[in-house]
Amino acid sequence: MPAERIVLVGVNHKSTPLAVREKIALADGYQEPLKRISKIPGCREYYLLSTCNRVELLLVAESYDRLEDELIDFFFGGMVPAEKCRDYIYIYYDEKAVQHLFMVASSLDSMIIGEPQIVGQLKEAYRYASAQHTTGPLLNRLLHKSFSVAKRVRNETGIGSSAVSISYAAVQLAKKIFGSLQDKKVLLVGAGEMAELAAEHLVGQGVGEVVVANRTLARAVDLAQKFNGLAVSLEELVQQLERVDILISSTGASDIILQKDQVKPVMRTRRNKPLFFIDIAVPRDLDPSLNDLENIFLYDIDDLTNVVELNKSEREKEAVKAGRIVDEEVLKFLRWYRGMAMTPTIAALRKKVDAICRVELEKTLPRLGNLSEKERQTIEKMTTAIASKVLYDPLQFIKQNSCKQNSNVKTDMLRTIFGLKDEDE
Amino acid sequence: MISEISFLLFQTVLAVTFLACAAYIVFFITRKKEVRTIARWILIVSGILQTAYLISRYMLTGYAPVTSLHEAVAFFAWASTWAYLSFRWRYTVKNFGTFVSLLIFILLVISASVSRKTAPMDAALKSLWLPVHAGVSLISYGFLALAFCGGLMYLLQERELKSKRFGYFFSRLPSLEALDQLNSHCLTVGFLFLTFGIVTGIMWAHQAWGTYWQWDPKESWSLITWFIYLIQVHQRITVGWRGKRAAVMAIIGFSAVLFTLWGVTFLLGGVHIYAR
Repeated sequence: MPAERIVLVGVNHKSTPLAVREKIALADGYQEPLKRISKIPGCREYYLLSTCNRVELLLVAESYDRLEDELIDFFFGGMVPAEKCRDYIYIYYDEKAVQHLFMVASSLDSMIIGEPQIVGQLKEAYRYASAQHTTGPLLNRLLHKSFSVAKRVRNETGIGSSAVSISYAAVQLAKKIFGSLQDKKVLLVGAGEMAELAAEHLVGQGVGEVVVANRTLARAVDLAQKFNGLAVSLEELVQQLERVDILISSTGASDIILQKDQVKPVMRTRRNKPLFFIDIAVPRDLDPSLNDLENIFLYDIDDLTNVVELNKSEREKEAVKAGRIVDEEVLKFLRWYRGMAMTPTIAALRKKVDAICRVELEKTLPRLGNLSEKERQTIEKMTTAIASKVLYDPLQFIKQNSCKQNSNVKTDMLRTIFGLKDEDE
Repeated sequence: MISEISFLLFQTVLAVTFLACAAYIVFFITRKKEVRTIARWILIVSGILQTAYLISRYMLTGYAPVTSLHEAVAFFAWASTWAYLSFRWRYTVKNFGTFVSLLIFILLVISASVSRKTAPMDAALKSLWLPVHAGVSLISYGFLALAFCGGLMYLLQERELKSKRFGYFFSRLPSLEALDQLNSHCLTVGFLFLTFGIVTGIMWAHQAWGTYWQWDPKESWSLITWFIYLIQVHQRITVGWRGKRAAVMAIIGFSAVLFTLWGVTFLLGGVHIYAR
């Protein structure tokens, strides 16, 4: 049997600049590229994943000299100078390939570690591949395993739990103050890009209303329209404080625009309902001593950056734990994979049949009364002969290298028919 | 026979509550949902066993099990347990169970450490008012105990948010809003029961001693406690006292409750002493 290997080839945000990734990104779905892969000689099973940060091809193939060149050709198709290709692409075999796949599925290889979308993208890619019947028993098993590894990592580590951008941090804090963000109102002071981004996140989390206050009203109206909100002038700021819950300030003002003494009386009219102030302006817009007032929580850009840093280091700690889970699962998978191989299957089959013969002989021989040594041996020989003759055709079938059927399908079938158990189960 | 069963029941209650508390603490540390489900079921078992224990005490003495310090505290623990479980049925407040089960366990330990003897009761006090007055008062203590736990959690979480140094508690404690609502809910229910407890006490005093109010230390302290909670409820309704102030008040109020329950008996005496 020619050496069959699990191969993973790909480019991602770490290995390849965006300009190159753009060229090879698969814009028009999986169908056509999957067809192109089928033309690469020696490919038995394959599947393709394409997201905005990576394009990866996983295949089970006969290993031969030109395979890597074929794969590189599939990826770059002459769009990139040949000598550069090797720098951009990574190619992993067997254990390394399995490990990489599990890392990707668990979001340990993502740009933002722990982001949750990747499993969904993986599943979608797998759906396309299996719809076109390009996956076989090995990849089916491997990909299903990668989903369960991702699930295990998510359940057993805190990797998905912390926010790693300023806007996420703001949402996280707002949730700790208000519980649900439903029906809460946000006031944007200044119409900067950062404030807009933070507001977008808050609206995504269910915030009910957005009010925009800006020096130039036109810009305020523009931004308010985007959120279906209300535009007000900066003079109405204190008045608006009576009805909003979250304030995001990002004006270019050189001085503080909201003093503690202005806010204090507002708390009485608000009946002490909590206020969350987010000051992302540099220099600061909001009086730092606002944080001393009861039921008011003030965070400036440094505070938020600290939250992000804290979350990042938390995730890194969790990533170590997750890495351990991945390694463990890789070992488990490889144990199964080796068990799948042809030789062990034949050995297991022989072992099973021998055991059956032995048991039956032990049952039968005592019942036959006094047998001479020669008679005994003859009976034993007969049982083994029957067994070998019965096994002859199945073993011939599995040893044959027909090009139509790949050997994994055959071993899998054989193991199922004869009830040979997987080693890891 | 009943006294042996009763004794064994109490030991079992102690052990089961310890398990519930331990499971809740494990959940607090590991944040594994399965552990919480287990903890919840153990606490429900503990609540049922506590009920059985109180019934066994009733069968033993022939009157409501609220006359000795041991019984009163056990009843207090029972009220807290069921107040929590009834509360749990309507809202979930993250990790609230850890704090409450710890409090219940502490109450049961206190109850275990005092004399469990039953004593005959003064004939003058035998009345239907006894279970009503003492029971209602202790149920109100149960809800006020929940408000106390919520207050502690609020202060811990508020400190994390104000200081901006997010330690161990930040991710494990619920939102401030949830804790404040819990405070409001438990306080309202607790205050209603407390008022009802004092009113029934007045009725009973009239029946037993012929006078409605005699400024006995326990009576005075109940009144002080009642006023503390009255201020809180009033301020919340009128000017919207909430958050940190409400949390601090819940803790002060609960200290007054504890003093009324024990401090008065040991330090000041009076007609309300427990049977010894």
